[in-house]
Amino acid sequence: MLKFLIEKEFKQLSRDKVIPRLIVMLTLLVMFVFPWAADQEIKNVKLHVVDRDRSSLSERLVQKVVSSGYFRLSGPSASYDGAMPAVERGDADMIMEIPSGFERDLMRGETGRLLLAANAVNGTKGGLATSYMAAIVADYSADLRAENGLPALSSAFKVESSFRFNPRLDYKVFMLPALMVMLMTLLAGFLPALNIVAEKESGTIEQINVTPVPKTLFVLAKLIPYWIIGFVVLSLCIALAALVYGIYPTGSLLTIYLFTTVYIWLVSGMGLVISNYSDTIQQAMFVMFFFIMVFILMSGLFTPVSSMPQWAQAITAINPLKYFMQVMRQVYLKGSGFMELLPQFFALCSFAVVLSVWAVVSYKKSA
Amino acid sequence: MENVHNPVIRAVGLTKRFGDFTAVDHISFEVSAGEIFGFLGANGAGKTTAMRMLCGLSRPTEGEGFVAGYDIVRQSEAVKKNIGYMSQKFSLYEDLKVWENLRLFGGIYGMKEREIKSKTERILHELGLEQERNTPVRSLPLGWKQKLAFSVSIFHDPKVVFLDEPTGGVDPVTRRQFWGMIYEAAGRGITVFVTTHYMDEAEYCDRVSMMVDGRIEALDAPARLRRQFDVDTMDEVFRRLARRATRKGD
Repeated sequence: MLKFLIEKEFKQLSRDKVIPRLIVMLTLLVMFVFPWAADQEIKNVKLHVVDRDRSSLSERLVQKVVSSGYFRLSGPSASYDGAMPAVERGDADMIMEIPSGFERDLMRGETGRLLLAANAVNGTKGGLATSYMAAIVADYSADLRAENGLPALSSAFKVESSFRFNPRLDYKVFMLPALMVMLMTLLAGFLPALNIVAEKESGTIEQINVTPVPKTLFVLAKLIPYWIIGFVVLSLCIALAALVYGIYPTGSLLTIYLFTTVYIWLVSGMGLVISNYSDTIQQAMFVMFFFIMVFILMSGLFTPVSSMPQWAQAITAINPLKYFMQVMRQVYLKGSGFMELLPQFFALCSFAVVLSVWAVVSYKKSA
Repeated sequence: MENVHNPVIRAVGLTKRFGDFTAVDHISFEVSAGEIFGFLGANGAGKTTAMRMLCGLSRPTEGEGFVAGYDIVRQSEAVKKNIGYMSQKFSLYEDLKVWENLRLFGGIYGMKEREIKSKTERILHELGLEQERNTPVRSLPLGWKQKLAFSVSIFHDPKVVFLDEPTGGVDPVTRRQFWGMIYEAAGRGITVFVTTHYMDEAEYCDRVSMMVDGRIEALDAPARLRRQFDVDTMDEVFRRLARRATRKGD
């Protein structure tokens, strides 16, 4: 019986004009577009320079700043007040004012003064740009002191940074594993659920409900094709990440596949629960949209969970996405083994059991 | 094998309520093997609800029913093995080809590959659909869709077939052909339970029941009902009964 049902699902899927293309498009987007778009490194900060010293040293500082690659000159102004309108218009993100006497002070061995003003409407951008600038200026002063035979001042600001597990500070290494989690959620959770609701909407499910097909078999036949697709797509993603970006999991592939199996089981259950309570595709879509929003924002995909307020952290405890994302990132970046991920494993398994029991109980063949 | 004392369908005080609304109100009847039983009534009289209960799609609020010897509540899965069902709304898979729909439902009822193959050939031949075997069902004209849906519902040789408004929206010629198919199935011993609101079709049935406001108001052979009400057509019988209705059609 199962054979015939699975055969039917594959036939229908292969004839569908939208879904297979959607799966391919989504995979390509996740692998080639999102990692760049979700990159939180700040580049091309528009810098307005108010150079009132007009000395060779001030010019050298400006050159050093620009050559760092993080800043782009948006134009000089004669005064700080003259530069403000540029910020207000959005033509500048940051103003650096070099006061007159900058070179003289430095040559005398006194402290050089700089005024930095960052537009902090986007707080992250403002903060990051300021710290980049601080690092560049510190580097600059160290250069100067070395040239003049002065000992490098250890008290001068020198940003001490060491980025563990992601030494190149490559944002893609961080985002790709998490984006794969998103992809699995959509493929194995939401697509089969929409498929079942579509059968309700068209009335074909009723023809199935009067047959002796056990409900578990019918649902299984719906899920199996998407499970297969899920694993194929995941393998493809892992291969592409290695080939295109040179990103390999530091940990074992086996751990990734083991957790993916549990996760796919979990999201399938979640999708089924949603489909059981929805009579129309529209309804199901809205419910899914709601959960996707909550899951993504509360998963740590973009913002670390540990920096959320306590109550928000409490909410993330019931977000299965969070656990699987942690697993994928830890295996990819830190090379964590199964034993270190036991808490996540138990959390995911519990979700999977609860959701699948709920899915079976709420499925009705008769009203 | 079955005789009058062992009917294929038996309903005893079958009732379905949705909140305050009683869709089906204590109906009782029996249908014997091989019979063509017409289940008549206006739209909204409760025909479809009654049929859905007998098929195990809807749980009765009260009363009991037996189909092919099985209890419709406690043994609904056993009931499902022995019935065929054709719903009012066309519900074969539109994106599957003609032969694929036959194959799918054959497989679901546990038929063997070889049996499915030979039976598919026979049905395609009977329906004159040999040229259309690879046509997706969505591109068939409505009349053919209905005939195919009926063929699918009796593909596994069930004891009873439930047909819900099978001829809705099709032209008179196709309707006549359709009834030909029903007779042919009944001739093979399949009990036919059919709802319709075409009163001329009532004449084709061995016995009919007339449902008004969720209750069965009359049940007999068409000729005897006409005599009982002293009218010439079933349409007239129905009008006499429908006058008592208080419920609005949908």
